[in-house]
Amino acid sequence: MTATAPEVAIAGLALASPVLVAAGCGGTGRELAALDGLTGVGGFVTRTITLDPREGHPGRRVHETDAGFVHATGLANPGLHQFLATELPWLAAADVRTVVSVAASSLGEYADLARRLGDSPGVDGLELDLATPDGPALGLFDTREPFQAARAVAAVRRDLPRGTALLAKVGHDPLRVVETARAVAEAGADAVVLGNALPALLPDGRPGGLSGPAVRPVALRTVAEVHAALPGLPLVGAGGAAGADHVRAFLAAGATAVQIGAALLHDPTCAARAAADLRGET
Amino acid sequence: MTQQPTRVAHTPLHVRGEVLSSKRIGAYRHLTLVAPGMAERHRPGTFVAVSVGHTRPRAHLARRSYWVHRVRPTGSHGATLEVVVEPTGTGGTWLAGLDQGDPIEVTGPLGRPFALPKEPVTCLLVGEGYAAAPLFPLAERLRERGCTVTMLLAAPDEAHLLGTLDARRTARAVTVVTGDGSVGAKGTVAEVAPEVVAKSGADVVYATGSHEGLHAVAAAAEAQGAWSQTGVAVDQPCGTGLCFGCTIPVVGEAGSPRHVRACVEGPVFRGDRVRWTDLRTEPR
Ligand SMILES: Cc1cc2nc3c(=O)[nH]c(=O)nc-3n(C[C@H](O)[C@H](O)[C@H](O)COP(=O)(O)O)c2cc1C
Repeated sequence: MTATAPEVAIAGLALASPVLVAAGCGGTGRELAALDGLTGVGGFVTRTITLDPREGHPGRRVHETDAGFVHATGLANPGLHQFLATELPWLAAADVRTVVSVAASSLGEYADLARRLGDSPGVDGLELDLATPDGPALGLFDTREPFQAARAVAAVRRDLPRGTALLAKVGHDPLRVVETARAVAEAGADAVVLGNALPALLPDGRPGGLSGPAVRPVALRTVAEVHAALPGLPLVGAGGAAGADHVRAFLAAGATAVQIGAALLHDPTCAARAAADLRGET
Repeated sequence: MTQQPTRVAHTPLHVRGEVLSSKRIGAYRHLTLVAPGMAERHRPGTFVAVSVGHTRPRAHLARRSYWVHRVRPTGSHGATLEVVVEPTGTGGTWLAGLDQGDPIEVTGPLGRPFALPKEPVTCLLVGEGYAAAPLFPLAERLRERGCTVTMLLAAPDEAHLLGTLDARRTARAVTVVTGDGSVGAKGTVAEVAPEVVAKSGADVVYATGSHEGLHAVAAAAEAQGAWSQTGVAVDQPCGTGLCFGCTIPVVGEAGSPRHVRACVEGPVFRGDRVRWTDLRTEPR
């Protein structure tokens, strides 16, 4: 990898690029790699993994709207055991930093995930998915209150080896975001991801989340606000970024790194191209 | 770096291609695309995902998936691929309006192709409307293997019937049914499947089309003791396996119900693996 890159680091974790693949938008990693979509990116965040397998919502899960995608996957994932057996080995061997996104239904489960993933070779970081729209309805530990989000972070921090970065992903709730970011940072998060989908409704009336272009101005705002309030805290912005210019806007607002999600569904090469562009390769 | 050497030839590509020609045939537009390297990787049953719109950023974020209908070598452009577009909906209308020379962003070939028999067996190919597109390159492959190929082609009316002339050239026998009876007998795949499958004596039935039709074909094949390979089309937000949005209810390895991605684990599934009733009743 050419290192004219604006290398960045989160909690000692050096990233080749500030551009990361957002949770749930890069398949298992293999599908992106087959299309050269992982080349030169700073890291790959998995879809959210839970201790037990989850079948996810039946039927159509992702809908196109003129503002972005409305989606509800129902946290479909193979569970930790299958993930460790069938997905992590490939990611560990691939030339990309791997951050495993996790969510749990109790503090005990969070601690369990921390222990088992912290011991697994190839895991560079954990991202706690604390702001999945309708998390409690999916049976997740309720992290809507900042102190509850902090408890989840603390439960993971206690059992996670120091060398594994801990990212806490909180939502774009404009009224609570500064308070939540402060709480999870004090509980031991190395960085705060300001991301996830905005609560939205699927066309068939089921609850879901909105991702994509419409979220970008909102995400930029939360990044700027949290950065102003907590200038020393590393922030990762996520919401509607699709190319290098968007990434620069997030960096200018105070982010250390930026995740690209929904845009990959449209163009699987856009994160790799944004990373190349930021390195001055285009 | 991240690819397994043995799979390289089948890994998909994401390219800026170009429309080489656009021809109206019946109710459809046949688009021939120049997409460097893609046609060479095609196997029958795979598809391509295209981006809708010329301007960037695009208003339409979801990709649109199309069966690959034909692959042809050309002197000047390398191999081209042909897709069959029904000019309905945002994506179809846009694609159908493209002219020769227009750029098009395309990813492919995607998905798992039809499994081909090792022995020269008897095969029935069933296609409805434009979804019959991938059956024609399949028929050629099957004939190369010494298989006996018969076909059932169906559509609501003559304009939506694909490839009956080609079919008569490749297949030993062709049955045609239309909803309005304008060509062949009046009927649908779901109605005639039991009889046609039984009469064909097929060892393997390949089918593409409506979920209702596929359900009937898979059931008829099973009743007959034949294998079935069904190409299941659902809307695919990305087509590339990234979003887990296009799931199909199947019977898993251990007999347990599961949902799998249509785009990477399909679009071709063994007919006895799909939970058809669930597929037809889940919100789409
Ligand atoms: C189809 C889809 C699936 C997603 N799955 C997850 C997930 O499993 N865990 C998570 O933390 N975020 C998930 N997200 C949210 C994204 O990671 C990202 O935070 C959000 O979409 C905002 O960024 P974007 O507009 O670039 O997509 C998902 C988003 C989409 C579009």
